[in-house]
Amino acid sequence: MLDINHISKTFNPGTINEKKALQGLNLHLSEGDFVTVIGGNGAGKSTMLNAVAGVWPVDEGNILIDGADVTGLPEFRRAPYIGRVFQDPMMGTAPNMQIEENLALAYRRGKKRGLRWGVTKKEREFYYERLQILGLGLEDRMTAKVGLLSGGQRQALTLLMAALQKPKLLLLDEHTAALDPATAAKVLELSDRIVQENGLTALMITHNMTDAIRHGNRIVMMNEGRIILDISGEEKKKLTKADLLQKFAEVAGVQEETDAVLLS
Amino acid sequence: MQIAAYFASLDPINLFKSLPGGVAQGVVWGVMALGVYITFRLLDIADLTVDGSFTTGGAVTAMLILGGCPAWAAILAAILAGMLAGVCTGLLHTRLGIPAILAGILTQFALYSINLHIMGMAANKSVNPDKFPVFISSRHVPAAILTGVLIAAVIVAALYWYFGTEQGSALRATGSNPAMSRALGINIDSMKVLGLGLSNALVALAGGLMTQYQGFADINMGRGSIVIGLAAVIIGEVVCGAVFRKGSNFAVRLSFIIVGGILYYMVMTAILWLKLNSNDLKLFTAVIVAVFLAVPYLQAQSKSSFKLAGKRGRAAEKEDGAHA
Repeated sequence: MLDINHISKTFNPGTINEKKALQGLNLHLSEGDFVTVIGGNGAGKSTMLNAVAGVWPVDEGNILIDGADVTGLPEFRRAPYIGRVFQDPMMGTAPNMQIEENLALAYRRGKKRGLRWGVTKKEREFYYERLQILGLGLEDRMTAKVGLLSGGQRQALTLLMAALQKPKLLLLDEHTAALDPATAAKVLELSDRIVQENGLTALMITHNMTDAIRHGNRIVMMNEGRIILDISGEEKKKLTKADLLQKFAEVAGVQEETDAVLLS
Repeated sequence: MQIAAYFASLDPINLFKSLPGGVAQGVVWGVMALGVYITFRLLDIADLTVDGSFTTGGAVTAMLILGGCPAWAAILAAILAGMLAGVCTGLLHTRLGIPAILAGILTQFALYSINLHIMGMAANKSVNPDKFPVFISSRHVPAAILTGVLIAAVIVAALYWYFGTEQGSALRATGSNPAMSRALGINIDSMKVLGLGLSNALVALAGGLMTQYQGFADINMGRGSIVIGLAAVIIGEVVCGAVFRKGSNFAVRLSFIIVGGILYYMVMTAILWLKLNSNDLKLFTAVIVAVFLAVPYLQAQSKSSFKLAGKRGRAAEKEDGAHA
């Protein structure tokens, strides 16, 4: 479903701030894969997700989604394939617009937007049903401005919006990092549910190793812009946090004491 | 004695007579302000193109009417010319990476020369309503108000419809959250160009109406129009918020921008009636806009500020001390 072939990205090339964020990265996801991504700060996790989403062009390599080469497409042209939830709960919704208007915008992700009415009556019923899944009572506040909602509510809404129009690929970029533990757990549970119900292929970045082990069918670890560990299936089910830390030290070598601390 | 003489010289009947003229002008500027609203509020861009495109609308209208064109066709051409100016600003911003405010200033600057060319290198073109067919004129103020209000109503209805459509929603989303909009597949560059074009089309339409109303086009007629437009938008919002405390429908909010334009011009008419120097009008406008811009901020401050918090803190401390 997703093929990342040998992509590289260097920020601020030729300057003192040069940063080789991705170095010949390869990753292949089959349909229905739910991959959690871990790694220390600066390992290139978010950079990889941004490369797939098309926030900026990559320097080398190519990216295929469901066989279609999207390497040359800007972000908004990749939207038909990708649903996305950002780290910042404020990023995924339009604060000055109503809940139902936000849903309607997401429902038309990657579709042509013409002069038909922005939210139809039939859609409203559909949104009402979908909002009930969240259990936040938002279905009774559909004309409220999204800016009035809390961070957790907005993140849950963003998640719903990302899957409203079934994407080929769901990108979750540390989407629970800014939430309190209870809300984070709820949003994670919701993520699991939405991925499973819709049979989505998903990439989820997290800093929480326990979450990374518990969720998804496959785990990859990144370091210095490459994937250094890729575990799936039965082996992943048996994985513990201690295993991960040890594997990290094994693969990445000596200087990782500090990174291990960062990861724990 | 002098003060008494000054007040004696003010004739309330004169004010009463001149207010309708102010209302008519206010409606026209209200239409202009709807254009400003699209960029300033919906797209979150302060677009300074309008100072030029208002004149462009006036110049095109004057020249076409003088050339024998029907007034409605001249206005239509003015709308297209204004749209072109807005698109130009939009392309400077999105295609060439020039900051929006600077792109607007550049277009506005260039339009000065272009407007002069349109008017055949004359700084002023008179359109005598006795000789040429115009549909809105200061000669017949009540009819002008009626025509103006009708035109404004049609525009408000059209905008209400458009911003409720899929495309209009995408435009509003672009202003509200560009990162989200991109992720949802909205081409935000196109939306900005479209919004700027739409906005300046309305501004040029207002310029065309003003030329007909006052019977001439002038190279400086658009100078400072961004401030007047903003004044109308902000006065309208504040008044609308005061009338409908629980919030209001989008069409009502748009209508109140026209009301804002009318209120602004009524105040201006009153100021002129007070025989204040008309050269000071721009100063008054700036003061009015600053006051209305400050109102929401000061209201919030009166409910919650560091000063208040400090005062409460000191009071609580004193109380604790008294108890101890």
